[in-house]
Amino acid sequence: MVRLSTNELCIGYGSRSIVKMLSVEIPDKKITTIIGANGCGKSTLLKAMTRIIPHQSGAVILDGKNILTENTKTLAKKMAILPQTPEAVSGLTVGELVSYGRHPYQRGFGRLTKKDYEVIDWALEVTGTAEFKCRPVDALSGGQRQRVWIAMALAQETELIFLDEPTTYLDLAHQLEVLELLQKLNVEQSRTIIMVLHDINQAARFADYIIALKDGQIVKAGNCEEVIHPEVLKQVFQIDAEIGRDPRTNKPMCITYNLLKGEANREKKMDSPRTYALAYH
Amino acid sequence: MTQENRHTTPFVYKLAAGILLLIGTCIAALILGAADTSFLDVWLAFTSEASGSASEMIREIRLPREMAAIVVGAALSVSGAIMQGITRNPLADPGLLGLTAGAKAALAVATVWIPSVGYFGTTVACFAGAAAGALLVFGIGALRKGGFAPFRIVLAGASVSALLLAFAEGIGIYYKISKEISMWTAGGLIGTTWSQLQVIVPFITAGILVSLLLSRQLTILSLSEEVAVGLGQKIVPIKMILFAVIIVLAGAAVAIVGNLAFIGLLVPHVARGIVGEDYRLIIPMSAVSGAVLMLAADTLGRTLHAPYETPVAAIVAIMGLPFFLWIVRKGGSAVS
Repeated sequence: MVRLSTNELCIGYGSRSIVKMLSVEIPDKKITTIIGANGCGKSTLLKAMTRIIPHQSGAVILDGKNILTENTKTLAKKMAILPQTPEAVSGLTVGELVSYGRHPYQRGFGRLTKKDYEVIDWALEVTGTAEFKCRPVDALSGGQRQRVWIAMALAQETELIFLDEPTTYLDLAHQLEVLELLQKLNVEQSRTIIMVLHDINQAARFADYIIALKDGQIVKAGNCEEVIHPEVLKQVFQIDAEIGRDPRTNKPMCITYNLLKGEANREKKMDSPRTYALAYH
Repeated sequence: MTQENRHTTPFVYKLAAGILLLIGTCIAALILGAADTSFLDVWLAFTSEASGSASEMIREIRLPREMAAIVVGAALSVSGAIMQGITRNPLADPGLLGLTAGAKAALAVATVWIPSVGYFGTTVACFAGAAAGALLVFGIGALRKGGFAPFRIVLAGASVSALLLAFAEGIGIYYKISKEISMWTAGGLIGTTWSQLQVIVPFITAGILVSLLLSRQLTILSLSEEVAVGLGQKIVPIKMILFAVIIVLAGAAVAIVGNLAFIGLLVPHVARGIVGEDYRLIIPMSAVSGAVLMLAADTLGRTLHAPYETPVAAIVAIMGLPFFLWIVRKGGSAVS
């Protein structure tokens, strides 16, 4: 029995439905990655799983309880969320920002206890941001800032950590740095990591479990061998992908791809992705 | 040893310095004025039952006026600080976002239709007006996606304010009470009495106390709503309470001083410059700095051209406008 799952989840704004009847189980103590084209509902799904946005029907179940009926502070001790590109808060120091991760454990005016300080220092240490503790957050580089936000999420001491495109706007080295930090947290501390990623090769390299979405529905969910596959990528991204092997990690890897020309146009007329996948052959 | 200590210890000194400055300004304000008074007169007014004209004037005219300046300055500044925190809009100010204009329109309505309304009723009308003004502005913002961008909200605030002020003027002219209304427009603390203060001060005190209690929540909320939810904050009730506090503070301020922009914009930025981004520190610092600023502006208004009054609204505007432009310039990406 996994801790987190969704059951026939429907999410939408007004009459526009974004995620449709989605049921999925998130494996415990693994790295799960949600991939899909722009507008497929991957961020929406992440936000609904973390109660940031409401869902229309169905349920998100954590430890056997619907997250909407659970006390929000109790949830904040179980799951931490790193939103997509959080706004830089001018003037706040790194230490101050990370200390807000203790909010779910505080009462009243919020004086930090000795335990709080220990956790904050530990979170700064693990993410390699201790040296910036007294610096303003907005004076850091993008990669450093992202690690500081991860430190704040860690200070929440939750087993589940959600991240919405944690590598966006980072250069290649910093992207890897952030992903390796998450991998370390997963391996060394058995944290369950659930994140939205843009790059399918990064998903293949770091994820134990990949959920591929299209139009708010799961096309395929499984390990990287099952999901990073030409047939799946064709449906999810409308690309004709050449899948090889990463010579260093031996994980599947998209070496090159072409747009399925004409498919994009035909998409407007045909509803089912399967129909035009057949038409292409 | 710790972050907390390094930040709070100097904060106590900063706040103490602010309070000392406030006391100094207060004494200066009591001495200075159209009528000739000395420090001795002020001393006597406080320490003796002397009923000389100087002591009486200080006790019954200057003192309530200084008190009013202090509470109004604090109320507008704290309400501005909360607005800036909730909306993450560095240009938020009760005067710029339609609250004070709404309160003034409500005040005109109350004066005309319920002449027997009394001071308490006027104050309640101001709360209702402030709420209506704010709802109009944020309603316009909600009409379209991205409508809460700082400049859009300020534009909506400017147009709603113009409308509501025109409405108030219209009522004034039609019912021939424009003299009473324009006394308010001039933003005067002239003629504030102890009995008016008795009505207003409890509201403002309560408002500031509640905002202090919620200041930590406000800091979390000012990071981003998603972050606040993730950290386990119940954002809807917190925002509702803070919104009510803004309305009570701005409405109460208008009931005394009339329409007054810029104090709520300027002071929180000054406070932030002194104490940083934590609203647990910004709110008390804003209250004290706002009181000092308002008191100084009012005293300046009284003495600049004595025995004639220079409208305090004009003085605040002269100080506030360059500051507004500076924030727009500095805010760059944050504002647009």
